[in-house]
Amino acid sequence: MNNLYRRRLFFNRFNLVMSLGTMGFGMFFLLWILGVLFYQGFTSLSPTLFTQMTPPPGSAGGLANAIYGSVIIVLVATFISTPIGILAGIYLAEFGKGKWVASATRFINDILLSAPSIVIGLFVYTVYVAQVNHFSGWAGSFALALIAIPVVVRTTENMLLLVPNSLREAAVALGAPMWKVIMMVTLKAVRGGVITGVLLAIARMSGETAPLLFTALNNQFWSSDMNAPMANLPVVIFQFALSPYDDWKSLAWAGALLITLTVLIINILARSVFKQASVR
Amino acid sequence: MNLETTLISRPEVTVPTLPPSPPKMTIRKLDFHYGKFHALKDVSLEVAERRVTAFIGPSGCGKSTLLRTFNRMYSLYPGQTATGEILFNGHNILEAGTDLNMLRAKVGMVFQKPTPFPMSIYDNIAFGVSLYENLGQREMDERVEWALTKAAMWVEAKDKLKQSGMALSGGQQQRLCIARAVAVKPDVLLLDEPTSALDPISTAKIEELITELKEDYTIAIVTHNMQQAARVSDFTAYMYLGELIEFSETDQLFLKPKRKETEDYITGRFG
Repeated sequence: MNNLYRRRLFFNRFNLVMSLGTMGFGMFFLLWILGVLFYQGFTSLSPTLFTQMTPPPGSAGGLANAIYGSVIIVLVATFISTPIGILAGIYLAEFGKGKWVASATRFINDILLSAPSIVIGLFVYTVYVAQVNHFSGWAGSFALALIAIPVVVRTTENMLLLVPNSLREAAVALGAPMWKVIMMVTLKAVRGGVITGVLLAIARMSGETAPLLFTALNNQFWSSDMNAPMANLPVVIFQFALSPYDDWKSLAWAGALLITLTVLIINILARSVFKQASVR
Repeated sequence: MNLETTLISRPEVTVPTLPPSPPKMTIRKLDFHYGKFHALKDVSLEVAERRVTAFIGPSGCGKSTLLRTFNRMYSLYPGQTATGEILFNGHNILEAGTDLNMLRAKVGMVFQKPTPFPMSIYDNIAFGVSLYENLGQREMDERVEWALTKAAMWVEAKDKLKQSGMALSGGQQQRLCIARAVAVKPDVLLLDEPTSALDPISTAKIEELITELKEDYTIAIVTHNMQQAARVSDFTAYMYLGELIEFSETDQLFLKPKRKETEDYITGRFG
């Protein structure tokens, strides 16, 4: 064994140990968080969670209004952000080559992608909530949509850029107008990836608290009026977890577990959709 | 048409001339630029109707570029410009205001790599047809069968029309692409190295196909394979560094090239 080889062997082992150590460090805290969450969450789970409203301190109750509100707000936000995000992604990938508008859009989109969500909450508060003088479900949906749009734009563009130009040219060569090429061929070729992007955006939205705090606020009662303050899981968790009351705290744990499980399921769904699409 | 047998049986060749055919496309003083790069220099030639015209030459000589001007494919990319004239059905297609979709419906193209769309075999063919024709279900079925038959694919494909086109073998995919191009009934068929990604058996099938297709279509083919040009084409153009060096009937070009450069290339002393 010469020296050079021994050196390499040492560095190989050293790097392997370091990377395993880093992974272990990350996994340790992740598992710790999940462990506490699952323990506290499962002990607080009960069927009344889904049937009763958020209670005043000291009495029994559930999270029904918050669950319902979250689902509605996220659904509306998805319906707003998906078309905008996909259309913008199509523009960037298919029409934006070498255009400054596209480069600027891409740059701004990247900033939005990493913008702190509280800033987006404050933005919607200033331009919408403060103007109409009341918190509302709509405002919550708008804020969440602003968070989802950059995610969808990014994934749609990246996916479309994976489509080989030869496929695009082949469709164009048949005399197909550009919109048909995109709708029937390129977008179709990457639909799994685009759906994955939308699902990941939904997962991202489900856990956002800050934007809802300034927009949808909260509601103690069942309300399906999007024009009024609306209960939602993240804000309820935020409020209940900070409270001194034990029954509120345990509801907060249950809510946190629900969100985590939802996000987990959406992520698994996204992965399997993507896998299925890339196999074909 | 077969180069080898001609050479063996008749060392002193007198090249037979083909019956004349009117030009389907007339290219005059064509210049092409990729940004600042001058890729085609003053190219003039005629593509004869219902004949096969082959373009040969070393990589980067501009033969594919030339083919991509015939259906204005280059217009997809900013910075690529063509000047000069390409007359097709009496109209200069390089003029601004040319309806590119209509042009491309009339001038079909098959590419080097097979490019099946992410849909069923049937839909791959119906896609192009439904762009310009409103066919009923039965007529469309007939058209799909007709196109697949033309591309020598019907027997293999008839039981799996609903299967994805991506699941076929490379050679089958390429014939599907030819069927797709034929199905819209274009006037001209452009083939850009259609067999370079295929095995010899698939290549032979496609060459046979080209010979059959020229009964109805005007064909322009770019190929790296000189034997292929000799086998399938009626006219051959030899290009080098963006210039058209020699253009004549295929037998003429391969047996009695007029230019020294052409002779060097086809005899393998070059490139």
